[in-house]
Amino acid sequence: MRNIGIIIKKQLRDTLKNKTVLIQFIMFPVMTLIMEHAVSIPDMPEFFFTKLFSVMYIGMAPLTSVASIIAEEKEKNTLRVLTMANVKSWEYLAGVGIYVWTLCMAGAGVMATGLPSSDIPFYLCIMATGFIISIAMGAAVGIFAPNQMVATSLFMPVMMVFSFAPMLAMFNDKIEKAARVFYTQQLRVLLGQMTFDGIKTETVLVIVLNALIALSIFFAAFKRKGLE
Amino acid sequence: MITAKRLCKSFSEKQVLSGIDLDIRPGMIFGLLGPSGAGKTTLIKIITGQMGFDSGEVNVFGKAVKDLTGEDKKRIGIMMDDHGVYDRLTVTDNLKIFCDIYGVPYSAVSRVLKEVGLDDSAKKPAMKLSKGMLARLKLARVFMVDPKIIFLDEPTSGLDPMTMKYIHKLIRDKRASGATVFLTTHNMEEAATLCDEVALLNEGKIVERGAPDEICRRYNHQKKIDIHLTSGEDIELDHKAGSAEMITRLLEQGMLETIHSSEPTLESVFLELTGRKLDQEEEEMYA
Ligand SMILES: Nc1ncnc2c1ncn2[C@@H]1O[C@H](COP(=O)(O)OP(=O)(O)OP(=O)(O)O)[C@@H](O)[C@H]1O
Ligand SMILES: [Mg+2]
Repeated sequence: MRNIGIIIKKQLRDTLKNKTVLIQFIMFPVMTLIMEHAVSIPDMPEFFFTKLFSVMYIGMAPLTSVASIIAEEKEKNTLRVLTMANVKSWEYLAGVGIYVWTLCMAGAGVMATGLPSSDIPFYLCIMATGFIISIAMGAAVGIFAPNQMVATSLFMPVMMVFSFAPMLAMFNDKIEKAARVFYTQQLRVLLGQMTFDGIKTETVLVIVLNALIALSIFFAAFKRKGLE
Repeated sequence: MITAKRLCKSFSEKQVLSGIDLDIRPGMIFGLLGPSGAGKTTLIKIITGQMGFDSGEVNVFGKAVKDLTGEDKKRIGIMMDDHGVYDRLTVTDNLKIFCDIYGVPYSAVSRVLKEVGLDDSAKKPAMKLSKGMLARLKLARVFMVDPKIIFLDEPTSGLDPMTMKYIHKLIRDKRASGATVFLTTHNMEEAATLCDEVALLNEGKIVERGAPDEICRRYNHQKKIDIHLTSGEDIELDHKAGSAEMITRLLEQGMLETIHSSEPTLESVFLELTGRKLDQEEEEMYA
């Protein structure tokens, strides 16, 4: 258990010096603040940018950062040093997962600043759920990939689909229909409603199914390859 | 301290270790020598529990490797040639992580950095270190917990002679403070000067073992004297009384430039035993 805290502390020290990962966490929250304040188009739905960028954030930041953190650590064989020092694989993964989730939640907290305070709990619940699914997927990629190059080529297409589908869905009905199978699109729908009332079964089903798939890929990868 | 009996290991059909016996006593520096691909790293990985094996027995601290507890593992320091450091973190932060893991106070960091001579670079990010400094950082990581057994996989390969000497001194200091050291190398000279005992590993078998000078004496069967003359000529004399006259004459005539008896080195013993040069592969690689 103590080791989880140690991993979190290590990641914290490292992220401050790792600009490519740091930018992942900061970009969307900052863009949201800027766009919400700077741009106002007549007839634009309320909190348009907050809601759109939030789901893109879910599809991008946790997935890419978890995958690259794990893959880098495997590539440089620092993970080996940790396991030799008796840090268990699950402790390492939990440390990285909790760390990225917390950082993303902080980002979501920033993005929520514009929302009416009554909407904030609902908003954060949605974000929290989305981050968990993305983190599981990122971890699966990180476990599969032997190095960072492979990790990038694996998570790029996945990330593109999940984060851009909700945006493209706004412009095209066909894409909207297809995008409904992705959790990011369903989370986008939920953010549109901003309430727990009247949530459609389809929405819940898709999100749960996505989560199950992500988690089973993660566990399958972990069982087959461990953290070698 | 470390024992192995009839240890075998193969990777899908390819037998890498076939029947290794080891008995490494406490407080010595043991050197495992062998050409590239001999199975040195594989053997270390097996002894340190990073890899399984097919048959035989391996004991560390008198226990089977898989029975080692977390406490036991804390008393084992391991430096593998491919184990990395956290590039973006400073030297100090790299070590602090392991203070946290091992439950050692942060004050250990400056102590161990002084020990390996890296105290001036404590605030440097690891990626800005030179190769020799990086090797010392990895050693610092190993020394932090004051291990009883230290495994070093090619601790000096590719380092300049100065750093190499420095690391040798560190290793001897560790022996002096009671640690047992298990290292691998393809550097014969290193093995001869540093190790109390060596084993020559070739194609998965230990072909010779013992103290370096003892091995060399054992193979000293041809006993020759090599002489280089001022004229540039080389002559070889037998190790016999008759040769003395000849040497005296050469000395009187001022023709003798250098003279030495040609005792075998670990290198030549290895060549004799295997018909293979120790770092042949590397030479071929760079050729
Ligand atoms: N994980 C593995 N899977 C398959 N074969 C392996 C594996 N690890 C090592 N080998 C093979 O085992 C043999 C011994 O490798 P090992 O790394 O132990 O050699 P070494 O003596 O350490 O060489 P070097 O001096 O180059 O480090 C090699 O032929 C290598 O190809
Ligand atoms: Mg090796």
